[in-house]
Amino acid sequence: MSAVPLEALPTEPAHVEAVRIIEGRSPLRLAWARLRRDRVAMVSAVTIAILVGVALGAPVIAHLVGHDPNTQYRETGLTPDGLPVGPSRRFLLGTDNLGRDLFIRVVYGTRISLLVGVVSTVLAVAAGVAVGLAAGYFRGAVDTFLARFMDVVLSFPFLLFAIALVSIVGPSLTVSIFVIAFFSWAAVGRIVRGQTLSIREKEYVEAARSLGAGDLRIMFVDVLPNLMAPVIVYTTLLIPTAIVFESTLSFLGLGVVPPTPTWGNMLSDSLQFYQVAWWYVLFPGLALLTTTLAFNLLGDGVRDALDPSTERLFAAS
Amino acid sequence: MSDPDVVLTVENVVKHFPIRQGIVVKREMGRVHAVDGVSFAVRRGETLGLVGETGCGKSTLARCITRLYDLTSGRVIFDGVDISRLSRRQLHPFRREIQMIFQDPYGSLNPRRRVGSIIGDPFAIHGIADGSQRKRRVQELMEVVGLNPEHYNRFPAEFSGGQRQRIGVARALALRPKLVICDEPVSALDVSIQAQIINLLAELQDEFGLTYVFIAHDLSIVRHVSDRVAVMYLGKVVEIAPARDLYDRPRHPYTAALLSAASVADPDIADRRKRILLAGDVPSPVDPPSGCRFHPRCPKARARCAVEPPELVRRPSDSPNHLTACHFPVEATDDLARAAGTGGPPGGQGRSPR
Repeated sequence: MSAVPLEALPTEPAHVEAVRIIEGRSPLRLAWARLRRDRVAMVSAVTIAILVGVALGAPVIAHLVGHDPNTQYRETGLTPDGLPVGPSRRFLLGTDNLGRDLFIRVVYGTRISLLVGVVSTVLAVAAGVAVGLAAGYFRGAVDTFLARFMDVVLSFPFLLFAIALVSIVGPSLTVSIFVIAFFSWAAVGRIVRGQTLSIREKEYVEAARSLGAGDLRIMFVDVLPNLMAPVIVYTTLLIPTAIVFESTLSFLGLGVVPPTPTWGNMLSDSLQFYQVAWWYVLFPGLALLTTTLAFNLLGDGVRDALDPSTERLFAAS
Repeated sequence: MSDPDVVLTVENVVKHFPIRQGIVVKREMGRVHAVDGVSFAVRRGETLGLVGETGCGKSTLARCITRLYDLTSGRVIFDGVDISRLSRRQLHPFRREIQMIFQDPYGSLNPRRRVGSIIGDPFAIHGIADGSQRKRRVQELMEVVGLNPEHYNRFPAEFSGGQRQRIGVARALALRPKLVICDEPVSALDVSIQAQIINLLAELQDEFGLTYVFIAHDLSIVRHVSDRVAVMYLGKVVEIAPARDLYDRPRHPYTAALLSAASVADPDIADRRKRILLAGDVPSPVDPPSGCRFHPRCPKARARCAVEPPELVRRPSDSPNHLTACHFPVEATDDLARAAGTGGPPGGQGRSPR
């Protein structure tokens, strides 16, 4: 090694710190920046935004088209034999077996799907986080009880339970939401419990305890923020599952009561007609597929964005 | 018995961790004897060094003093009050007085929280300063420990290891505690950064009149900072003495062996010195040896050592504060003494008691 005079070494200008204002960026903001660069996730996000717009604007769309979701257009919407008519200028996506406008019904179906998907997921995540946090944090008898309870819930046969419940209380939107939430929260709870078990052993939790922080403060100020990544990922992946759940329930006649249009009961009704009316089965199915695919792909993108191990890939760019 | 000069008295502290097995009904299969009857007192304003190998119970003892763990038995007396049996609520006011600095500057700061909120935690928990007042005090603290107060809104990940440890120091000092337990505060840092943190701790001690219990496994660092040093082995204190005495005239064979293993900067001295190599590993704390716990590895062990546990007492020839738990302490003529005694210039950097 040759000796280099110290003066010759490039020195960092002293004013650099002053000029370049480094703002503190939270891990979530960094993740958001990464997500913005993920094209698939962004396309999915836009798709979801459109779906939300459609759901909110359903009455407007119906007004513009001039058709009502539940009106039976027997004169124009049915063939002389009483069969559905195909897509045309009057009925963009054709009609169903009662002569109702399929396009408007698919549009209105978005409302139910998103409503059930989001509300039941929010309920499930809230319950799962609360139970999982309590189980993982307190351990001992509390954990044994709650963890076994989650195991029991997860081992329930979902459809049998749903059929039994609906036959007692009768099908409705509220029942659907609660049934779906009840069968989803335990999976969230398990993930949160596992994470909490490892986080509670961290030194910063010990530090908080030695400062005199109470259990609730530690759970919500120190542990919960560190759970956000898996919880957010799981939430985005739970929404499509809940939407499919709802469609399954509706398909079996256990969900939202007709004539309210849902993709599930449209698919169910269409099965007798798919040989004569391909549009009847195709468009509700396509709507369901698009929605679940968009949520799943967005979920994947969110997971990648939140996973620190993918950071290096993007740091170079 | 409550000497106003003594901040902390640890009396016969025992901490055992039960090993349980079984799925529903848990049976106790054994116990880890992490800390097994430790007693000492710490005077106001002094630094007590606590050294020993990994797994000898130093950190467990620290967590017993701060009551992060419940004691199996024994007493911890802080400022004349026995805090070892206090409930969480009763303990709350004492949390302000006893603080801890942790070993791992990466693990001890919540990665999802901003530095300002981490250092502000003590104020928030004890409901002291609010809003802009809290921010001002946090920024003052940041300045005291040598951080740029403008970095208030940054995340721990944006700081280096040394800076993170400064954050930990700021958090520990926020409430002006009387006693700070430093649990290996520099072991995870680069050597060049270690000195900075050590000096910072020393400055703060002078400024705020702090009392430290300083845990480390590096003897040269402990020598530099401590007034007195306690050596632990397998959950027991084997020797406790003023730093200078302990380094110049170690009486316990384990202390002598530790000193001989410490690295020396001067290669000439290092070459001349004979290292004492201890045979075997530290025995399992689940089933500690009978009698003196060090006897299976001790070069001076005799039959009595395996039977009778030695008391921690002062030997007639030693200085009044030099206590050793050994039946056959190291004499000046022993090989052991020679091997250990050349660890540095005589009476070198040991801190003089104030």
